[in-house]
Amino acid sequence: MTASVAYRASGVGYQVGAAEILRDVSLELGYGRVLALVGPNGAGKSTLLGVLAGDVVPTDGSVVLDGRAVDEWSVRDLARQRAVLLQSNAVAFSFTGRQVVEMGRAPWLGTPRADDDENAIEAAIAETDATAFADRAFPTLSGGERARISLARVLAQDTPVLLLDEPTAALDLGHQEDVLRVARRLAARGRAVVTVLHDLSLAAAYADDLAMLDHGRLVAHGSPAEVLTADRVEEVYRTAVRILSDPDTGRPIVLPRRSLA
Amino acid sequence: MRTRRTIVFTVLVAVLVGGILASLALGQLPVTPQQLVGAILQGLGIDNAWAPDDPTLTDALWRVRFSRITISILVGALLSVAGAIMQAIFGNPLAEPGVVGVSSGAAVGAAAAIAFGAGAFGGWSVAAAAFIGALVAIVVVYLTARSKGRTEVVTLLLTGIAVNAFAGAGLALVLFMSNTASREQIIFWQLGSLNGSRWIDVLIVLAVGLPTLIVGLCLARRYDLLSLGERTASHLGVRVERLRIVSIILVALMTGVAVAFVGIIAFVGLVIPHLVRMMLGPGHRTLIIGSLIGGAGLMVWADLVARTAVPLADLPIGMLTSLIGGPFFFWLIRRNRAKAGGWA
Repeated sequence: MTASVAYRASGVGYQVGAAEILRDVSLELGYGRVLALVGPNGAGKSTLLGVLAGDVVPTDGSVVLDGRAVDEWSVRDLARQRAVLLQSNAVAFSFTGRQVVEMGRAPWLGTPRADDDENAIEAAIAETDATAFADRAFPTLSGGERARISLARVLAQDTPVLLLDEPTAALDLGHQEDVLRVARRLAARGRAVVTVLHDLSLAAAYADDLAMLDHGRLVAHGSPAEVLTADRVEEVYRTAVRILSDPDTGRPIVLPRRSLA
Repeated sequence: MRTRRTIVFTVLVAVLVGGILASLALGQLPVTPQQLVGAILQGLGIDNAWAPDDPTLTDALWRVRFSRITISILVGALLSVAGAIMQAIFGNPLAEPGVVGVSSGAAVGAAAAIAFGAGAFGGWSVAAAAFIGALVAIVVVYLTARSKGRTEVVTLLLTGIAVNAFAGAGLALVLFMSNTASREQIIFWQLGSLNGSRWIDVLIVLAVGLPTLIVGLCLARRYDLLSLGERTASHLGVRVERLRIVSIILVALMTGVAVAFVGIIAFVGLVIPHLVRMMLGPGHRTLIIGSLIGGAGLMVWADLVARTAVPLADLPIGMLTSLIGGPFFFWLIRRNRAKAGGWA
């Protein structure tokens, strides 16, 4: 069976020409946990996600997935081990939402798990609350609806590891919470989830670990309370904040200091 | 959906079979259905009472009409499926061998082979030269028109204009440099015609066409995944780079062999996949099968019109398909502008 560690990244660096996009990033993620990647725009979050996914080959360091270096996995085995949700999800032709979700089952074609296709597809559509528009053509859906269908596609892939790049970007308040509840449920079932998030309070409420990136470097990695100190957030994001504690959960809430003057 | 698919496929097959029967029966030599069956049986080595008494009639049917129908079926299927595959790898419904210049590339290759002594190796060398021309053209288009995993319509069409213009110049150069006889041959062939198709041509088209069609069909599921974008397709286990290379070679083979024997026949690869997609949705399995049957049907009917519309004359079939395809292209552009503000 799978090792308890999903990802182990050691000293990962990524350089394009003179530009250093990632530098000496090391982190570890166990199965059953949700890791949120946070940081300002251009900090290297998506690139790091790409490195974990196997799309981007790091110029330094190594990434091990499930005990094997990522670049040693075949494309097909990777597809059965990790699912990836990208930021932009365009579909070239008028496939329906349900057909797009079905495509998430492609890696299991010809395996015994293909018997499970129908259930996996229906469950994924239900879990992302996409039933109402699943039979409409993908290009005619709104941004939020497309995001939910795309997430359903990733869930249908039914892999031990999920990599989500800003899954909440196009979503309203309620559906943002839904997505992270889904991430928590997946973790409770032993999956490892990595998600890029911009909303620090959302990340703090649902993630087990936070990794904060700034200018390609990992500036903090640990529990939400450890990572989200007012000083650190102010320094990284260049705006004054106040850290409150959620009265229900005790998790940190990050509130920018505002004045009406 | 399932019943709809059955209905559409039945209609497509009916159009094709109807076209084949009409093409067999109609022409300069009137043939009765009985004589037709008799001639086919006789050709297969079975003597029978229905066979035409006049041996020249049997001979004409076999030598001229049957080979011509077979090649039109094959060429229609190949061009139409080539269009569907190009659209899949470009992620763009306007990609088509004729529009973006792959056919012109093939034409330059074939014309050069005709002009500079193809006689030595016959049909094969024309086909090979056409394949090389088509391959060069599609590689140029692909490298120019794609950036960051997608193709913008404007870039694609502009690239097509450039490739077509360049190929036009190449063709003119070949014409300029060749002697009167081959010049005449090239001009006539370039207009697109199925006239004078011989069995050796049929065999070459069959030998190249059948395997490419089968491979194309096997890749259908991967083309579906490719419509999610290249990165996502690879996350789902598709080896995108390999799929692209195989597909580009497939399109070059299909277009090359079709152009080599019948000249440039544009728009088939645009019109047919579009209609099939409108009726059956974008799934590539049904799209490729539907395009195959539909393209064959269109070409059989178009060739029938080409050789019977004007008595004792053979209209260029490429001219005919462009007469239908041009306005269809306009309609597509207008429809998409109204619906989604253009393709962009």
